[in-house]
Amino acid sequence: MLICRHLRRDEKLANKRRGNEMSVTYWEEEIETLPRVGLESIQLRRLQHLVARVYRTVEPYRRKMDEIGLKPDDIKTLTDLAKLPFTVKDDLRDNYPFGLFTVPLDEVVRVHASSGTTGKPTVVGYTAKDIQTWSGVMARALCCAGATKGDMVHNAYGYGLFTGGLGAHYGIERLGATVIPVSGGNSKRQINIMKDFGSTVLLSTPSYALNLAEAMDAMDVDPKSLSLRVGIFGAEPWSENMREEVERKLNLKATDIYGLSEVMGPGVAQECLHTTQGMHIFEDHFLPEIINPDTGEVLPPGEKGELVFTTLTKEAFPIIRYRTKDISRLFYEPCECGRTLVRMEKVTGRTDDMLIIRGVNVFPSQVEHVLMGVDGVEPHYQIVVDRDGNLDTMQVQVEVSEGVFSDEIRVLENLTKHIQKEIKDLLGVTSKVKLVEPKTIQRSEGKAQRVIDKRKI
Amino acid sequence: MLVEQIAVFLENKSGRLAEITAVLAESNINIRALSVADTADFGILRLIVDNVETAKSVLKENGFTVGKTNVIAVEVEDKTGGLAKVLRCLTDDNINIEYMYAFVNKTGENAVLIFRFEKMEEAIVTLQKGSFTILSREQICAL
Repeated sequence: MLICRHLRRDEKLANKRRGNEMSVTYWEEEIETLPRVGLESIQLRRLQHLVARVYRTVEPYRRKMDEIGLKPDDIKTLTDLAKLPFTVKDDLRDNYPFGLFTVPLDEVVRVHASSGTTGKPTVVGYTAKDIQTWSGVMARALCCAGATKGDMVHNAYGYGLFTGGLGAHYGIERLGATVIPVSGGNSKRQINIMKDFGSTVLLSTPSYALNLAEAMDAMDVDPKSLSLRVGIFGAEPWSENMREEVERKLNLKATDIYGLSEVMGPGVAQECLHTTQGMHIFEDHFLPEIINPDTGEVLPPGEKGELVFTTLTKEAFPIIRYRTKDISRLFYEPCECGRTLVRMEKVTGRTDDMLIIRGVNVFPSQVEHVLMGVDGVEPHYQIVVDRDGNLDTMQVQVEVSEGVFSDEIRVLENLTKHIQKEIKDLLGVTSKVKLVEPKTIQRSEGKAQRVIDKRKI
Repeated sequence: MLVEQIAVFLENKSGRLAEITAVLAESNINIRALSVADTADFGILRLIVDNVETAKSVLKENGFTVGKTNVIAVEVEDKTGGLAKVLRCLTDDNINIEYMYAFVNKTGENAVLIFRFEKMEEAIVTLQKGSFTILSREQICAL
């Protein structure tokens, strides 16, 4: 009940602010600049409410809590969060597709899905209120990056099952800006649209931004002649060097956004214009922790570890202590922009072997799955990821066994084409298959080194 | 009628051909003919040797992927138009060649053409009809 009242007040504030859009720097100033003690009391209330609700409605959560003898009433302070069991990607897969939803399906107004390790996607759902919450945090993110109602926002995130496109779209509309739902691909058309429509804010993956810069070059379009002012880039890891390159080549200010479908989608955290030292987490909705990935122990502020999220306000698909496998740090120091929200450092790595290639999640096990489906191919392979200019490349090296070898070039070329097509079909990523001699891929004692990532991030 | 050829997978990296020939030399295997087919990424070495089984096993022991295929060896006079005559005869019968290579024997009088056809049996019939000399493995090794 408290939560509902609180949100309604935020709504009113936001509506009031929409009248004088040019001076907006916050979307919900009160909550974004709330002293931490106030913020923490909201977090605790919402956490208690959440735990009580999932315990009551979701059997897998209840079972996990019962196993360790934990009751919702045991959550008395925010530090009690650490008593709750973690949720991992496997839990989502085990309860595929809707097993972790807390509301009946007729209250779910949308689903999204992301790729899983075995080709089985993980599914998330949203109630009408969740879509509102999501639009709200995404609007906050846009404000945080300096976007206003007057902007022409070029949304080049992919529309579809992926949360990027639609998630950003609703936030842009909520902000009151004009959204161009251009989605990904067809760079030439994108640039013509930027020119003709006067796009001022660009949303895309950072690698696609660089791709657009190249396309502009090829079309002889000077970025200075465009109206682009700011970019909101995410969905894949990128470096400070890449930021400089994007800013120089596209003549805009490049900011970082963070999100993942299991938690919400884009709009979990966003960099403000005052610092490059981390993205503000909208922690009245998403409660972050940093843990030691090996022991699960919560680490003190400033220490590097695995990022864990608990959603405080989601209805259809709340998640408790979700292990993102992203490596980051949390900074609680106040920010120049006035926001009191904690900042998370740019994600610097992963605790698992997941690769993000051109914004697509790729697990080596998926590649293995494809290879094992091809007659005669043995499980000796290696994935080499690199960056060719601005685009991620994936090469899959496969040892040529007698089972697939032929004295005819055509047969071997058909084999590589076949594998490439299968990988594209399953993972949605273009790869290059390279046949190599037997025993050239290093055999290791324990876990095989399946991936060589040459990208400098 | 058919001659056994061994094929070896080669990655495009320096020294591989030298290694293969060294391995064969150590086992006293004589190479009668060879050809390399290559793409940007890999190559296939095709060999006619005097001892197929030994060659195959020593190469495998040394970590190479080896395959065995049957090819047809045709002997023609080493003079202008020798190859053209054979190819004309094959074309007339719609016989497709997968690949071919050639060498000249020691005496220099005759050339030996090694063929791999899509349809081996039909090719033999056509070549016999055209009265071309098809060499056996023993004949090749004796050259």
